[in-house]
Parts: sequence; structure tokens; C-alpha cells
Amino acid sequence: MPVLELQGVSQEFGGLRALDGIDMKVEHNTIFGIIGPNGAGKTTLFNVITGIYTPTEGSLIFRDTPIASLSSHKVARLGIGRTFQNIRLFNRLSVLDNVKVAANWNRSAGLLASLLGMPAYVREQKQCSTKAEELITMMGLYEKRREYAQSLSYGEQRRLEIARALASNPCLLLLDEPAAGMNSSEKLELMDLIWKIRDDMQLTILLVEHDMHLVMNICEQIAVLDYGRKIAEGDPEQIKSDPRVIQSYLGVEQ
Amino acid sequence: MKLLEQWITGIIDPYYLRIIILMGINIIIALGLNITTGVTGQLSMGHAGFMSIGAYTSAILTLKLGWPFWLTLLAGAAVAALFGFVIGLPALRLEGDYLAIVTIGFAEIVRVFFLNFEPGGKAVGLSGIPQETSFSLVLIITILVVFFSQRLLSSRIGKAMYAIRENEIAAEACGINTTHLKVLSFVLGAFLGGLGGALYAHYMYYISPQDFDFMRSIEVLNMVVLGGLGSIPGAILGAAILTILPEMLRVVAEYRMLFYGALLVILMIFRPNGLLGDIRLYDLVKPKREKEVKPCRS
Repeated sequence: MPVLELQGVSQEFGGLRALDGIDMKVEHNTIFGIIGPNGAGKTTLFNVITGIYTPTEGSLIFRDTPIASLSSHKVARLGIGRTFQNIRLFNRLSVLDNVKVAANWNRSAGLLASLLGMPAYVREQKQCSTKAEELITMMGLYEKRREYAQSLSYGEQRRLEIARALASNPCLLLLDEPAAGMNSSEKLELMDLIWKIRDDMQLTILLVEHDMHLVMNICEQIAVLDYGRKIAEGDPEQIKSDPRVIQSYLGVEQ
Repeated sequence: MKLLEQWITGIIDPYYLRIIILMGINIIIALGLNITTGVTGQLSMGHAGFMSIGAYTSAILTLKLGWPFWLTLLAGAAVAALFGFVIGLPALRLEGDYLAIVTIGFAEIVRVFFLNFEPGGKAVGLSGIPQETSFSLVLIITILVVFFSQRLLSSRIGKAMYAIRENEIAAEACGINTTHLKVLSFVLGAFLGGLGGALYAHYMYYISPQDFDFMRSIEVLNMVVLGGLGSIPGAILGAAILTILPEMLRVVAEYRMLFYGALLVILMIFRPNGLLGDIRLYDLVKPKREKEVKPCRS
């Protein structure tokens, strides 16, 4: 059974059809890549999946639950974590708090329990802290746990965003251009990290990326978007040799 | 409490005691706005509206219905909180300047309402409110409010409120119900505003709609911004300074407000994030990194 299934998903903005009847199945524990030229609708697709937009048509099913009409935080609580193309951290919170904030939301303690410091609340907070510390250690940010997020370097900020996305125990992780702005050695580290996350946490990863070397190496399944339509899907070898993909995106060798 | 009261009135000049009590009330109110605007980032420029509702509710309950003082305090705060909920709802759709205008409009409606409200004495206001607010009561309530503010802001709910201020879309993506928490921030801010207003009414003997005009809202906002948005010590310091400053400036008589304004401008130029805005204890104790001096190459 697929983790995520899209059936005829379309998204219109006024007269613009940013997504046009997308069908897609993402199987459990795969690394699934979405590629396509600028403006093809990749980020729009992420925003539809995470509930920022409600699709004009079509349905999205995440582990048996229809999520098309759910608001963003509900989708997140069901188990979809994401990062953003342009980094969106909580700049004036510490590194640890950035992760803790996201680790918190499948807990039960409410306002009164937090104000009065009830034992149940204190226990939950301890669990959250432990979880958050594990994650930032895994991302190599433990030394910086007390710094403000805005004081981190670019690469560290990207890693912190991934840590934050993992904090809510997602079973589907969406990475929007994780390698943007990284040099080649950072990209290699990122690839190892993505593999490690997938294997250690047994989750499914959906990623948008422009770096073909990274996509072709890491993804087991790739979908290609162009003008809001899915023009091809397959494993890296199939995609590399697909004439439509070569024409619209990869380019023809002269 | 009685002993403390006798002792304090014995050693402190009534004029200074009055300033201290007003300072305490302002701290309570500023800590309320700090939750809405400082922490959650929802710009409210109508906080005097909530104070007004709290003050009138409690004063009317005392004068007309003879309720006990402590109950009128709670009732004033609760009714203000209810209006905080109502005004928090548009906050879901609006942000920044637009929200500011809605809150200004709200406070004006409240002011004009009390100008024409018969049981509130219309433009004349209400007088003869018994002076129940004492130094010790303000002290205790202020300490409680500071304590619970601190608890709130270091809790998951408080951190989530900061997260909303920092980046709303990312906050949602982390599973935070931003709708819920934005309304909650208004309710809590209004509750403390109403509580402060009720204490104020029972300290001043007399309230009128002019006590809660637009300038009052701006004054509270100044306290929070001056101290540093989102910082509890900041809000306390801001409230203390802006209570004392007009009194200290009495020496320059009619130029008082001129100096007051100029000082605000100067402070904001030198500390744009507020007095205690970006200062955390950790930054003060953090070991300083040694600066590497690299030799210049020509």
C-alpha cells in the first residue's frame, strides 16, 4: 500500500493551472524525486500535500486518510514533515527550541497543566528535550544548541530544518531543494544524511531538487513535472533515457 | 498583608507609594500586551480598550451591585478576556498594519460606548469607587503575573507563540495550531489588561472614558517595545521607566512631553530591539571566542 497517493490533483490560481491532473503513488520507504524546469509546479505540489493550499480538484490519500481539505498543522500532526526551499526557521529561538517546538504537538498537556507545571507536563517536556537533543546531535548541531537559529551558517540552517521536520516523528518527509546553495562536498554529506535518515527511521522521503547528480544517485523513483503536468515517471535509468524528459528538461546533446 | 501595608505606608512617602502602585499596575498590563504583541507578534494598538472594559465592569459591579472586591477583579478580567476572544477572531485573517487598525477601531468603539453608557456615568465617568487596591495586593498580583508569564513563555505553548511570530507558515508545518494560539494570545493579553484596568479603577476612586484613550494604548505598546518585544524583564523595565519618566520630567514643566518623546526616539535609535530585546542570560555568560587576527597580505 502506498504511503501517499495523489489522484487527479489540480491546483488553479485564478486562470493559471499550476498543477494539472497529477496522479502519483509514493511507496513506503522509498526516496522519491520530483524534478522539472522552474515554474513546473514542484513547490506548489509540496504546498498542496502539506495543506498550505487546498487543491481545486482531485484527492490526496496519506496512509488511508484523505488529507486534501485538512489544514496545514493537521497534516503535520498526521505525520508529514517538510523543509522549505527558502529556509524558514524560527530565527530568534535557540537551535534546541526550534526542534522542541515541533516535537511537542502530539502531546496532551494543555494550558493549565503547563502553567501549573503538573508532573505529566514535566515528564512530556523531558521526553521532548531528549528527542530534540538526539536529533540535533544526529545533525551535528549539538555544540550550537543554545545559539539563535539565525546565527548558524547556511548549511547548518538547512540541517536544522531537517531536524525540525523530523521532530514530530513523521513517516513522510518532504525536502524542498535540500542541496540548494551547497558545494559538492556538502552535497555528498547531504546524500549520506538522507540515506541514513531513511534507513534509521524507516521513513519515506519525497524530494524536489535541481541537482541532477544528487537526484539520479539517491532517488529510486522519479517523477518529472512540466507546466503542471507529470510528463514521466520511473527509475533514474528510465528517466535519463525518456525522450520527453530530455527534450523539456535535461536538454539534447548537440 | 496588613502588617506589610502598615510598614510600607509608614516608611514610604505617599507620593512615591502612588507611583510604585501605578508601576505595578502598568507592569501587569504590559505583560499582557507582551504576550499578544511581543511574543505572538500580533500587533495590537487597542490595549486600552481591554483596560477600559475591565475597569468599568469591576467599578459598576462594586458600585451598583455591591460585589466583593476580589470578585469584581476577576469579573473585570474575565469580561475583558471575552472581548479579547472576539477581537482575536479577525486576527486570524489579518496581520501587521491591518490588524493594528482593527484593534484601534475596537478601542475607539469601547471608548465611545462608555461615553454614552448611562450606568457608566457617560462622559463624566464613575466616581466614588472605594479604594481597595493596596500596595500589598498589587505586589502579590504582580509577582503572580510575572511568575505565570514566565511559566507560559517557557512552556511549549509559549515557544509555539514565539514560533508564530518568527514564521507562521513554518509553525503550521510543525503541527502548531496557529489559529488557536493567536486567539489565545489575545485572550490572555486582554485578561491581564482587564485585570490591570480593574485594579486601576479601585485605586483612582474615579474613572472616565478619557483614561483609556488611544494615547493610553500607545503608552502600553511603548512599554513593551521599549523593554524589548517578547521579553518579560523587558516589559517590566519598560513599564517601570515609562511610569517614572513623566514624574521625573515634572522639573521641565510644560516641556515634559517633549522630553518624553525625545527620550523615546533616542532610546530606539541606540537600542532598536528594545532595552532588553536580544539579551539572554546565556549570551552574557557564554565564553567569548578569541578573535583570530589574520595577517594582511598585500
